[in-house]
Amino acid sequence: MCWVTIRARDGLASGVVPGTVQSIERAAAILRVVAGSGGRLGVTDIAAAVGLAKTTAHSLLRTLLSVGFVEQDPATGRYALGPGLLRLGTPLDVNELRARSSNWADALAARSGHAVRLATLIGTEVVVVHHVFRPDDSAQVLEVGTTLPARSTALGTVLMAHAPAPPAELAEVRTRGWAAERGEHEPGMGAIAAPVRTAGGLVVAALGVSGPVTSLFDGRGVPRSLLLAMVTDAAHAVSRELGHSSG
Amino acid sequence: MADRYVLAVDQGTTSTRSLVFDRGGRMVAVRQREHHQYFPRPGWVEHDPMEIWANTQRTAAQVLGDVPDAGDVVALGIANQRETTVVWDRVTGRPVTRALVWQDTRTADLVTELAARPDAGLVAERSGMAIAGYFSGPRLRWILDHVPRARERAERGELLFGTMETWLIWNLTGGPDGGVHVTDVTNASRTLLMDVRSCRWDPDLLAFFDIPAEMLPEIRPSVGILGQATALNRSLPIAGALGDQQAALFGQACFAPGEAKCTYGTGSFLLQNTGTELVRTRSGSISTVAYQLAGEAPRYALEGSVAVAGALVQWLRDGLGLIGSAAEVETLARTVADNGGCYVVPAFSGLLAPHWRGEARGLVAGLTSYVTKGHLARAVLEATGWQTRDVVQAMAADSGLSLPALRVDGGMTTNNLLMQFVADALDTPVVRPMVGETVSLGAAYAAGLAVGVWSDIEALRRNWHRSAQWTPTPERARALTAEYRCWERAVELSIAWGAP
Repeated sequence: MCWVTIRARDGLASGVVPGTVQSIERAAAILRVVAGSGGRLGVTDIAAAVGLAKTTAHSLLRTLLSVGFVEQDPATGRYALGPGLLRLGTPLDVNELRARSSNWADALAARSGHAVRLATLIGTEVVVVHHVFRPDDSAQVLEVGTTLPARSTALGTVLMAHAPAPPAELAEVRTRGWAAERGEHEPGMGAIAAPVRTAGGLVVAALGVSGPVTSLFDGRGVPRSLLLAMVTDAAHAVSRELGHSSG
Repeated sequence: MADRYVLAVDQGTTSTRSLVFDRGGRMVAVRQREHHQYFPRPGWVEHDPMEIWANTQRTAAQVLGDVPDAGDVVALGIANQRETTVVWDRVTGRPVTRALVWQDTRTADLVTELAARPDAGLVAERSGMAIAGYFSGPRLRWILDHVPRARERAERGELLFGTMETWLIWNLTGGPDGGVHVTDVTNASRTLLMDVRSCRWDPDLLAFFDIPAEMLPEIRPSVGILGQATALNRSLPIAGALGDQQAALFGQACFAPGEAKCTYGTGSFLLQNTGTELVRTRSGSISTVAYQLAGEAPRYALEGSVAVAGALVQWLRDGLGLIGSAAEVETLARTVADNGGCYVVPAFSGLLAPHWRGEARGLVAGLTSYVTKGHLARAVLEATGWQTRDVVQAMAADSGLSLPALRVDGGMTTNNLLMQFVADALDTPVVRPMVGETVSLGAAYAAGLAVGVWSDIEALRRNWHRSAQWTPTPERARALTAEYRCWERAVELSIAWGAP
């Protein structure tokens, strides 16, 4: 059967190349088996095919499920390749991103009273793809298409924290799920931003509000809790719109 | 004071939506349900009024359940698909046939025949609109002519006529059991049966179309108490009703003469407030009632309807398969710097305002081997911009009003390339409001204004906030004025192509 040859070629059971991560190799082997199986295998067969204990295979499959690389038929329990895997290499269209986020961005601006921007990484540049004016009817210029510094802005920080090989000092941004900017980019002006994810959890954009530091943060520089909740809720809502399932 | 909310029902062409708005004009809850589209013959489009009524009841009850303090919802406003025609039995509450939808073209022959009569000039003179199958009067006449016994039953007073808001209000207020039979003045103005100055049914127009007066609803202001809705899980005053495009004008707070909005959906609908003055049109726009506050004179508007806007992008996606989603048209269009000399005239079933040439057919002009799918995508987007310019020019010629800025809403307003093109093509700023749900917001505003949730239209104006603005660039605007000649020639060719 096809999966037997896969096991032989991968040589998974016969040892590990030095300097590689075992669980990724195991996950890759599982993906090959799932791809070759045409969606006919359950966890027991998959575990056997890659020579792993059923519990180990199960936890790897759960992880692959959570990032959207495999999907499971709820009726039979069998696994197939997931949509997140099929979309790898085709980045989300920025105009599609704007269209899908528009209602949530409008609502965030209306409720928070602040300007809202959505940014994404294009190459290594942080580019504004959507901008909703501060709802006070003052003169403002549409910033769509402008680039922002990656390090001194909240939007850039969120994107860098989730980019390949993120700097160590941004680990905290990843864990807590938001970034703040307190005058680093423009004196007196600040921002709060949170990640926007697609199915599988990949961060594709950052959504945030910007305004005077004094109205976004309290005296100790802590984001105002209601505002922070609005930003993270809106980012979650856009993520759901893009097919991201978990909170 | 506890916050007070207003329920809006947006009875549209494809779905019925119920929404709740707060005093800030922000949407707090929404429910939606689609209804079936019936296409019994080519050119015929029908809806089931019973299904639409059931969807209205259901979504309204659901959305009232979504709001934690539903007791603070104090009024109901209705916006509806315009010109769609319902006739029903006043005793059983059953429609005598399915509703004839505004897209339905079965009255074409009837309208040709009526327009050829020597006294046909009366229609435009009294109703403010040239006789066309687009309006609801000819549809009502068709039902009377074709549904067995409809005419004799209507003459005996057994049948009632209404557009969608009339049908819903009658059912909401009790149906056969004391339902109120009323229409709002904006919907009545789209029948061809109303005197557009006095806002009353016109006996000469009724005679011209041979419509029994017994079946007509009472014409009421758009803003004011229309009846008490008792058929929902909560009793609410119905305090406002508007046709959907007029509702969008109201929701966009276009209250001063000259202020205008354009809704970019499948088609595009541009309305410009002309104040208390009824403008006699010569250039291809329509004069229509914008809204009327109880106890005040009606406000009028010029209207320009374009049949194909977003539908052309859908065609690029579904018909040609050049893009995977509507938003990707902008990505494709940005692969090139200009249209490469290519123009697309989307006259899929003729051209509406300002040309009114039903025989025109679509064309792609200016093809050379240089033209790529990127140029085609750009030409597709530009077609919507050029058509907006066609309509705005016709209105300017009719009203003499300048356009300070164009307020836009609808799905295509997230397309920055298109919105900038519209700003440059019109040489006018284009602004998008914070609340995109302008149709339902307008219905909520009308109802809330009538019951005092908002004190006056100035309070509504203060709720309107810009979410984006596109400013024209002078050199682009000049260049586009030259290119506009090419568009006009393409339109002439599309009309010539379809000529018999």
